[in-house]
Amino acid sequence: MKKTLTTLALGAAMAAGPAMADLVFPDLSYRTGPYAAGGIPFSDGYNDYFTLLNERDGGIGGVPAKVIECETGYNTEKGVECYESTKGQGALIYQPLSTGITYQLIPKVTADNIPLHTMGYGRTSAANGEVFSHVFNYPANYWNGASGVVNYLLESNGGDISGKKIALVYHNSAYGKEPIRTLEELSKKHGFELIALPVDHPGQEQKSQWLQIRRERPDNVVMWGWGVMNQVAIQEAANIRFPMENFIGVWWSGAEHDVMPAGDKADGYKAVTFHNVGRDFPVFDDIQKYVVDAGKAAGAGDQVGNVLYNRGMYAAMLAAEAAKTAQDIHGTGDIDAAMMRDGMEALVIDEAKMAALGMPNFGPTFNVSCDNHGGPGLVGVTQWDAESKTWSLISDFKPSDTEVIGKLIEEDSAAYAAENNIEPRCK
Amino acid sequence: MFYREAGDFKVSYADDSQTFPIKFDRVRYYVVLAVAFGIIPFLVNDYWANAILLPFLIYSIAAIGLNILVGYCGQVSLGTGGFMAVGAYACYKLMTAFPEVSMFIHVLLAGGITAVVCVAFGLPSLRIKGFYLAVATLAAQFFLVWLFNRVPWFYNYSASGQINAPERDTFGILITGPNAPAWATYLFCLIFLTFCALVARNLTRGTVGRSWMAIRDMDIAAEIIGVNPLKAKLTAFAVSGFFIGISGALFFAVYLGAVEVGEAFGINKSFLVLFMVILGGLGSIFGSFAGAAFLVLLPVVLKVVGVDLLGWPTDIVAHFQLVIVGALIVVFLIAEPHGMAQLWRVAKEKLRLWPFPH
Repeated sequence: MKKTLTTLALGAAMAAGPAMADLVFPDLSYRTGPYAAGGIPFSDGYNDYFTLLNERDGGIGGVPAKVIECETGYNTEKGVECYESTKGQGALIYQPLSTGITYQLIPKVTADNIPLHTMGYGRTSAANGEVFSHVFNYPANYWNGASGVVNYLLESNGGDISGKKIALVYHNSAYGKEPIRTLEELSKKHGFELIALPVDHPGQEQKSQWLQIRRERPDNVVMWGWGVMNQVAIQEAANIRFPMENFIGVWWSGAEHDVMPAGDKADGYKAVTFHNVGRDFPVFDDIQKYVVDAGKAAGAGDQVGNVLYNRGMYAAMLAAEAAKTAQDIHGTGDIDAAMMRDGMEALVIDEAKMAALGMPNFGPTFNVSCDNHGGPGLVGVTQWDAESKTWSLISDFKPSDTEVIGKLIEEDSAAYAAENNIEPRCK
Repeated sequence: MFYREAGDFKVSYADDSQTFPIKFDRVRYYVVLAVAFGIIPFLVNDYWANAILLPFLIYSIAAIGLNILVGYCGQVSLGTGGFMAVGAYACYKLMTAFPEVSMFIHVLLAGGITAVVCVAFGLPSLRIKGFYLAVATLAAQFFLVWLFNRVPWFYNYSASGQINAPERDTFGILITGPNAPAWATYLFCLIFLTFCALVARNLTRGTVGRSWMAIRDMDIAAEIIGVNPLKAKLTAFAVSGFFIGISGALFFAVYLGAVEVGEAFGINKSFLVLFMVILGGLGSIFGSFAGAAFLVLLPVVLKVVGVDLLGWPTDIVAHFQLVIVGALIVVFLIAEPHGMAQLWRVAKEKLRLWPFPH
């Protein structure tokens, strides 16, 4: 009897113990379904970086980090279930990696006082911190991406793309529709013709879209795809012999698994990005030593250094740095979600910090402030080399058209504020 | 012992035709209602409401609606997802156009609009039957989803094509939006479920329900004995559409709060509700509840057991879930083709004789 009681007490202590002391980072991942190819490397990178911090530094500011993984399958209903089941466990920040789930969570996190970080996805106008107090999308958003694509085309065409035809192949969902508004504005400004071609979920069937591209003969094709849609589109482009160097994807359509199925024919395909690619950074030596070699890697452990692995790691790094900032502001290691939000709003990422983390020149330097939750919006361009099977940066991180984007953000966030009776809060 | 007719005297026609002829069943029914209305609202928290109870209540309404069409009237429909989308978008347009009107009225009107749409798509059922009708309703599914994606008026010209439920109340209590208390959203859906179940139960016991069943069992014979197939089929589509529209409106406004039509109301939703009806039992109100509970709860239970208790990787559990749910559906259909309602019926028969079965 006594032994049973001791076991019970021990069990209770073990169950209750970690929840008190750990910094909890829920990972709403998807390792199943048509979008798993992108969800797996991102989630692996996110998990591995926190494992690295725990193994190497003993956590963040001395407090161990704990990642609770919850499978959403890119499905909004499961996303809600995951959010509700993890928020009671002391969740500090949510990164759902899904624009659909983001739209669902924006009002919920604001009511529950938990920050939401949607890095390069989600609702673009959340960059306006005046209206969206708990949503952050630094360092870049969709509209930066769209403008970055157009800027790159301008640059490679000597500054003039008037009269050109640009086709947008997009995922027919909130995610894919997001850039259309910006591209329409930019087409007015620069005088190019925009052809929008929606592809329905999950995107395996694109014959008619590419037939139309073959008929219309656009000068460039821009893609806003995710999951299996990317591979199919690149394969279809190769089938109609569309020149790959004129085909450019957003950052969610530019990873290894997207181009590999098309083999050599994908050579020269381009994608924009907001962080660096490859595994030529000191942090990967640490990941190899403390995480992979120690057998603690998330998933199969074969994704290290992939584009989306790097992005997941970058997301984890920004979350960990925000947690450190929050610990400094509030003078306690054991922060809660509200303190985490303050930390994110005061986040400063400079070159010295990134170099100290073993990630020199990995992403842009930026400061988050109360009214700017969107970061600088710098966009680089990467290109795929099928021979060596690597992505490489061919254009450095350059600013996007903030004049056009700023106006659109203002407009969209004002509409949201009016709908929900939100007063601007940064005075 | 306690579960039998003996000693329970029926002295009027009303007594004779009541829903629960056995006293134990009547008591149980009132106990369930008392617990659902009087006790659960005080205990419910965000997790229970949003992850378990709301989906169960809302899918139950949808399953009752589909059961009327498929189970009682014999008209196979694969358009449930599309009709739920009609309810959701109708509710959204009403909510944004008339913010001061109570949510009760919006949801009922959304059901009414869906009923009209459903009748329009039900017209072909007068000419075609069986698989061919299933294909016609499948066309409705794809057409409606395409329509809501294509025409910006339906989503008020928002940039992303999503619809978001603004905060709306009824009698001063918030029902939609993130600040709505869990008990209010739960009670709101429960009231609609109780209403729908009562209406469905009483319709299926009366003239209308009997004409549906006559059509289901043999339409030519039904026509000969004087059942009007036009009226019977179209009323089935209308009532079914009304319930499915209510469930779609609640699904969007109360449960999810933000919806993307292709993802939330795709063909998968049609199949899910159809599976609920088939697993629960065709032509049974209780079966609709059982089927909805089974398919809503099972994934959650498997996830809790697999991830939280056993600590398995999330992807393994998610894959296992597909295997287990699939296997259970097959087992159920082989062991009990009439669904869980039949199991319940058999259990009741056995109970009547227990403990002396001979």
